[in-house]
Amino acid sequence: MIQDYVVFVGVNIVLAWSVYVVLLAGSLSFANGGFMAIGAYVSGVLTVKFGVPLVFATTIAGVVAGAIGVLVGFPALRTRGIYLMLVTVGIAVSVKAVIESIDYVGGIQGFGGMVGTTEWHVVALVVLVGCGLWFLSKSPLQRILDAVREDELVAASLGINPVYVKLVCFGAGAFLAAVAGGFYAHYLIHVTPDQFGIVLSVFIVLYAVLGGTNNMWGPPIGATIMTLIPEFVRSLESWRPTAFGIIILGLLLIRPDGLLAFRHVTTRAKGVLATSLSDGAKPD
Amino acid sequence: MDVVAQPILVVEGLSKSFRGLTALESVSLDVRRGEILGLMGPNGAGKSVFINVVTGLYRPEEGTIRYCGRDITSLPSYALARLGIARTYQNIRLLRRMTVLENVLVAIKDHVNQPFRSVFARNHCGFVTAATALLEQFQLADKSDWLAGSLAYGEARRLEIARALAGKPSLLFLDEPAAGMNERETEELGGTIRSSHELVEAIVIIEHDVAMMRKLSDRLVVMDSGRKIAEGRPNDVLAQPNVIEAYLGTDEPDD
Repeated sequence: MIQDYVVFVGVNIVLAWSVYVVLLAGSLSFANGGFMAIGAYVSGVLTVKFGVPLVFATTIAGVVAGAIGVLVGFPALRTRGIYLMLVTVGIAVSVKAVIESIDYVGGIQGFGGMVGTTEWHVVALVVLVGCGLWFLSKSPLQRILDAVREDELVAASLGINPVYVKLVCFGAGAFLAAVAGGFYAHYLIHVTPDQFGIVLSVFIVLYAVLGGTNNMWGPPIGATIMTLIPEFVRSLESWRPTAFGIIILGLLLIRPDGLLAFRHVTTRAKGVLATSLSDGAKPD
Repeated sequence: MDVVAQPILVVEGLSKSFRGLTALESVSLDVRRGEILGLMGPNGAGKSVFINVVTGLYRPEEGTIRYCGRDITSLPSYALARLGIARTYQNIRLLRRMTVLENVLVAIKDHVNQPFRSVFARNHCGFVTAATALLEQFQLADKSDWLAGSLAYGEARRLEIARALAGKPSLLFLDEPAAGMNERETEELGGTIRSSHELVEAIVIIEHDVAMMRKLSDRLVVMDSGRKIAEGRPNDVLAQPNVIEAYLGTDEPDD
C-alpha cells in the first residue's frame, strides 16, 4: 500500500517536472501525457519482447520520446501561446490514436507483462531529476531560460536563439515524461491506451500549475497533494471526483500563482518585492 | 574632421514595405569606425524600421547589409547579436522580473552562445565582478539586486544600454534613448552615451532632440518618407533647406 503511494507520487512528481522543464522556456505543453505513453510502450516492448533490462529500456524509451519531441516540436514551437497549447493537445491525442491502431502492442486491449519497478527506482529517479534541476537553477542557464520565458525578442537581441532553447526544453520534457511512463508501466504490469488520454495531460499540467511554476519545488508539491487528495476523500465514494475538483478550485482561488509561488532568483532580490511589478510600467 | 577608416557597416539600397506601404526606399549609408552616427527624421520617416531591418527583426525586400565586410542581410537577430551588433528598444524592453544584475549577466557572451553548456560554467565570480563594474559605470551598482521592473525611467534606460554593452558588441544601435526624458535627464544620458562610446567601435542613435544630436553625433543622416534626404556634419545638415522643410512641413506630435 505504502509502496503504491511512493510509486504514484514519485511518478507524478517527475511528470510535473516534465511540464516544468518545458515551461522554463515559456511554453505550456499538454503533450506530456502522450510522451509518457510512448515511454510506457517503448520500454514495455523492449523488456517484454526483447528482454532488455528495465533501467536501460526506460532510458532508451526516454531518448526515443525526446527525439520524437524534438521532431514534432520543431514545427510546433513556431506557434505561440494558445496555438502552441492546441498543437500539443493534438500531439497527445495523436499518440494515443497511433498506439490504439498498432496491433503489435495490443491495440485498445493494451499491452501487458511489464514487471520490475520497485519504489526505489522511482525514489532514485526523483532524486536524480531533482538534483539536475537544482543544479540548473544555480547556473547561468536559469537566467537564459528566464530571459526566453519573459521576452523572446529581447533574448534574441542578446544573442540567445529562442527556438533552439525552447526545442531542447521541449525534448527534455518529453524525455522525463517518457522515463516516468516507463517505470509507471513496469509497476502496473498492464497498460491500455485509454490511460494516456488527454485528461492525463491536463492533470500533469495541473500538478505543476497548482504547485507553482516559479521554482522547481512547486511542481512536486502540487503533484503530491493532487495524488493524495483522492485518497483522503475516499469515504465520499461517488462524490470523490467532485470533492477533488472543488478542492483544486479552492486552492487556485487562494493561491492563483500556485502553492509555492515565491520567486527564486539566481542572485538574491532585495528592496523591492515582485508585487510592486503589478502596479504596471513606469511612466512613459 | 572626416574620419578616414573602413566602415564597420555598409548598407546598400535597402528597401522594405509593409502591405504595399513603403517604409524604406533604397536607403544606403555607411557607419564608420569610431563615430557616433545620428539618424534623424520626422515620425514615420523609417528610422526605426531601418534599425529593425539592420538588427534582423525584419527582412528587407531589396538591398544588402555588410558588417565588417561580411554579408549579414538574411541573418536572424540572435546571430547578429553574436557577431557584435547590439541594440536598445524605443519602448524600453527590460527583463522586468529579473534583477538589475541578472539583466546584465544574462547577456554574457560565453553563456548565450552555448546556453546548455553554461550549466557547467565556472567562474561565476568573474562574471559578476565584470557585470558589477559595468553597472558601476552606469550608476546602477547600488540597485543591482532590485527587480528591473521597479527602476525609474532614466535608470531603466541606462540599464538597457548597460545590458546591450554586456555582450561586448562592436556596433550599438540606440532607438530614441531620450524619448520621454526631461532636459536634465537628456543631459545625463548624453554623458552615458559618450562613456559607452569608449566600449564600442561605433554607435548609431535615433533621436528627435536636435540639441542633443548636434552635440553628440559626429555625422548626421536625415530621413524622410523612407528615404535618406541628407547626410553630413551636424551643423551643415541641420542648415539644409530640405531638412528644415521636412521637419517643419509635417505635424510632429511629440510622443
